[in-house]
Amino acid sequence: MLAVQQLEAGYGESVILRNVTLRVEPGQVVCLLGRNGVGKTTLMKSIMGLLKARRGAVAYNGHELTKAAPGRRARSGIGYVPQGREIFGQLTVYENILVGLEASREKKAVRSIPEEAIAKFPVLPAMYSRRGGDLSGGQQQQLAFARALASKPDLLLLDEPCEGIQPSIVDDIRDVIRSIKADGKTSILLVEQSLDFVKSVGDYFYVLEKGAIAWEGGFEDLSDEVIKKYLTV
Amino acid sequence: MEVITLQLFNGLSVSSILLLIALGLAITFGLMKVINMAHGELIMIGAYSTYLTQNIFNDYLPKSMFDWYFALSIPVSFLIAFLFGLILEMSLIRFLYGRPLDSLLATWGVGLVLQQLARSIFGAPNVAVTSPSWLDGGVTFLGAVLPYKRLFIIGLVALTLLAMYFYIYRSLEGRRMRAVMQNRDMAACLGVSTRRVDAMTFAIGSGIGGIAGCALTLLGPIGPSLGTYYIVDAFMVVVLGGVGKLVGTVLGALGIGVFNTMFEYWTNASLGKVLVFLCIVAFLQWRPMGFVAMRSRSLDS
Repeated sequence: MLAVQQLEAGYGESVILRNVTLRVEPGQVVCLLGRNGVGKTTLMKSIMGLLKARRGAVAYNGHELTKAAPGRRARSGIGYVPQGREIFGQLTVYENILVGLEASREKKAVRSIPEEAIAKFPVLPAMYSRRGGDLSGGQQQQLAFARALASKPDLLLLDEPCEGIQPSIVDDIRDVIRSIKADGKTSILLVEQSLDFVKSVGDYFYVLEKGAIAWEGGFEDLSDEVIKKYLTV
Repeated sequence: MEVITLQLFNGLSVSSILLLIALGLAITFGLMKVINMAHGELIMIGAYSTYLTQNIFNDYLPKSMFDWYFALSIPVSFLIAFLFGLILEMSLIRFLYGRPLDSLLATWGVGLVLQQLARSIFGAPNVAVTSPSWLDGGVTFLGAVLPYKRLFIIGLVALTLLAMYFYIYRSLEGRRMRAVMQNRDMAACLGVSTRRVDAMTFAIGSGIGGIAGCALTLLGPIGPSLGTYYIVDAFMVVVLGGVGKLVGTVLGALGIGVFNTMFEYWTNASLGKVLVFLCIVAFLQWRPMGFVAMRSRSLDS
């Protein structure tokens, strides 16, 4: 479904990603691991189109997207929950989710928020009229999820969804990811630092090191040696 | 009593004119952060559009219809300035986002070109626009005569402000616009077409400048350099009010308008202006963000 081929990308002169090849299959939860600064967020940004690829290719459901703008990628079914959440601070919670509808692929224009998008976040409707910027970090994270789910994407890019969030909400987010997985309609590409967290939701794992995929494998292959070699600081 | 009423009304009237001039800029400069020095020329385009509408009514329509040209000239001015703004955005401004100094110079150049264009088409001398007869005269209120023209401008400002409020805060397009202006990358990642939003936003700001030009024809003759008289005041209002907030722009215009009238009454025209500028400088030292600064958890970090 998502296929990244020998991708090279970076900021200005510096090359961050040298040669990244990875795949996400329908219904899968694929986890991207690696130490700080190896290029995980850069890879997410290049898949979303915020960074131009220097070389290589990004294809999605058979469509070539390497040169496409972020908006086209969103409209072809990729949802994005970025690092730091990037909530529109001056828009209300309700408006934030409505902006998520822009990428909707329904034939006739959707004017209201679909049930599925907020069913997993029962706290949100009570906060509809508050400004997004006034929410706490955990609430914003749930809002960012709902906003990304509003357009019913086939693939969800999650960049460190548990960063700086209290344990009880981390559990909520884990449940959300599991229930998305159980629905089987949306694949997930997840960047996360916590090994316990990814082990509890992931189907397939990639380890990024120095801008290239250093290891990949399934749940049973993720041995202590692998963890020690690539992930221990 | 008369004097006080008249001074208060004058203050309000000056404020309304300042506000009308600054509203368009509140969008292009306040929301989009483009230092658009050609905004004055968009006002001038609006004024000449009114002049043209008047001439067409004069030449082709029966005399009895003439008084209604002004009602038509408001949307016409908006539309023509809107189109100029759209062309300007698509051909120049879009290459200059995030480059304030370059856009300042480039739009200033565009302003000069537009002034010369007006001079070539309409000639250098000022032209007069005849106000419709239903705006002649005035109403007597507490002993002072309040001209209908001034009252009309106040009403026009209120209407424009209301329309802008509904567009920005209540419509789908407005929501897209606010999302893009707050976080361009994220809006793009959610499927908002940022190019389209930029072009539309700039064009609407320009169009509102056109309405301001239309209103200015009620106050006196118009010329190619009409805009240059107002551009500094317009920026002053937006900066004093606080960039990015409509309420701030309203307060900024009221502040400058009322104080300007008061100081001019107590001293004279030029000294009054100096005192107003001094007050603005002092105020911005105290509150650099203007009257209404945006505050939220997300912006504090």
